[in-house]
Amino acid sequence: MLHIYCPHCCEYREEEEFHVKGQAHLARPLDPEACSDKEWGEYLYFRKNPRGLHHELWVHAAGCRKFFNVTRDTVSYEIKEVYLIGEKPSVVAASVSAK
Amino acid sequence: MSDTNSVAIMNQVPDAAAGVRAESPLHHADLATVAHKGNKIGGVHFREVGLMGHLTLRCDPNNAELIGAAARVLGVELPLTPLSSVESGGTIVRWIAPDEWLITVPNDQSFDLETRFRAEMSGHYSLVNGSGGLTIYQVSGENVVDMLKKSTPVDLHDSEFPVGKVVSTVFAKSGAVIRRTGANEFELLVRRSFADYLWLWIQSASAEFGLVVEA
Ligand SMILES: [Zn+2]
Repeated sequence: MLHIYCPHCCEYREEEEFHVKGQAHLARPLDPEACSDKEWGEYLYFRKNPRGLHHELWVHAAGCRKFFNVTRDTVSYEIKEVYLIGEKPSVVAASVSAK
Repeated sequence: MSDTNSVAIMNQVPDAAAGVRAESPLHHADLATVAHKGNKIGGVHFREVGLMGHLTLRCDPNNAELIGAAARVLGVELPLTPLSSVESGGTIVRWIAPDEWLITVPNDQSFDLETRFRAEMSGHYSLVNGSGGLTIYQVSGENVVDMLKKSTPVDLHDSEFPVGKVVSTVFAKSGAVIRRTGANEFELLVRRSFADYLWLWIQSASAEFGLVVEA
């Protein structure tokens, strides 16, 4: 059972109040009509599945019903940080931060 | 304001004079009879506060104009601190989300309140009358926390859940907005469609402590 900090309610709540909504920071193409089938298909269906740090979108479904981002280790399930929509994660994988 | 006038509002309070009978979500349970025949002492007390006016207000908490207008209408400032509530006269305002509040007033005041909101506020906000879809359960007694612990994962200890705090959470595989109104007194705001199920749940969860129904 994860104990998750909601940045809107400003307190920890049990996992059963939340739903995970998949990979965070997916930018919808500004002009879908201009996308190739490959670009649009990748936007719609292709997601990362990392072993290690993952940035995810969560929603406090039974609480304030607001969305926020979570950086979570997919090996240990440990939540490294919680941050608001529009913010950038401060905990990022070494291979990403080295770029 | 022209955009104000374009919003259609109607008095949703059933007109008794016209022969329209209002029934709270637990009307069928006949709590008056249960209260009369049932336990007089027990660890958990239950009362339905039905047929209140429930208004959901949504607006930007950083919009001083809207926040100020809401305060003028309500006679009390909107609680901006997460999970807090304010009470003034018969009006209770609960923080639900950073841009959402749930207001309850005696039902005969809800139309007037809605009308004054429409007159005072303009621009980007939302006000929805959900009175028909919600009801309030008042639960109290020396074992009320024990009963609630069976029903919700929220930390109910005094240090974490002081009087006046309000949380939206899971409750008995359903949902509820829980507000502490006293050391051993809570208010559960539940949906009409779950009202009967939660009433049955509370009876079952309270059985070991003794349930006193009040009406
Ligand atoms: Zn929340």
